[in-house]
Amino acid sequence: MTTRVGVVVFPGSNCELDVAWALEQVGAEPKLLWHGDRDVRGVDALVIPGGFAHGDYLRTGAIARFSRIMGAIGDFAAAGGPLVGICNGFQVLTEAGLLPGALQKNIGMKFVCRTVDVRVETKDSVLTTSAEVGIHLRIPVNHFEGNYVCDGPTHELLRAEDRVVLRYVDNPNGSLDDIAGICNEGRNVVGLMPHPERAAEPILGSADGRVLLESLLVSTVGAAAA
Amino acid sequence: MTFEAIVEVVHLPGILDPQGATVERALPALGYENVRSVSVGKSIRLVLDAPSETEARDQVEEMCRRLLANPVIERYDIRLTQLHEAGA
Repeated sequence: MTTRVGVVVFPGSNCELDVAWALEQVGAEPKLLWHGDRDVRGVDALVIPGGFAHGDYLRTGAIARFSRIMGAIGDFAAAGGPLVGICNGFQVLTEAGLLPGALQKNIGMKFVCRTVDVRVETKDSVLTTSAEVGIHLRIPVNHFEGNYVCDGPTHELLRAEDRVVLRYVDNPNGSLDDIAGICNEGRNVVGLMPHPERAAEPILGSADGRVLLESLLVSTVGAAAA
Repeated sequence: MTFEAIVEVVHLPGILDPQGATVERALPALGYENVRSVSVGKSIRLVLDAPSETEARDQVEEMCRRLLANPVIERYDIRLTQLHEAGA
């Protein structure tokens, strides 16, 4: 059976169709979900795509967190469902408390929009099951608030529990410890600033993001079998 | 009773403030060599009805914790004043 992946659309999201397209390329069936929905319609995995949910008013992700669908998303994650937040989606997950820390304005107040190298730091997350530790992936970033911060004890915990999923090879935004992506304690919720959907086909300049999306599908099969 | 609350949200000490740092570098370029530090935050003005000043303050505190500030990177300060009703 085809894996159904929900892509959550907020007013101001703008990467949902790219994510849906890329998911189709790796054999998933994407399903767009509206932020005002009450449930996630039985999908196998969820992606919160990039953009400017609710205009990024107040803080990035601050208002999106109160959208009606966020309750169902929290339940889905608590039950072990694979949930990935890309860019603005990562910001939404931190504001919602589903991932620790926060993403603040880039160092030097620079908007960064370029393809960067990230290193896979762990295989033990729903986004990296099919990847190898230490490989470099060329994936675009496109953000103003990608500078990951958290307090000292949280940082220690992330390191001790091997929860830094991706690190920048050459830090573009001032992120603490070169962090580009992290996961939660259950390893089923992952947030990352790079856009794997923009590196899903050779014609886009890189197909390195595919292994991440493929991992997500493998994870749903694993979760279903467990 | 009606109150005005001015909520000031600024970065926690020790958290990098890229906006403040940028303004801090820009001011000496205009000749203000004596500026020691700059931090940039937000000011949010609310007008609310509440039975007492304590309740108004408690409510605004709660709003700060739940929405207006992100405790991971920001701290807040609340200034509350009672507004006098017209004709009172």
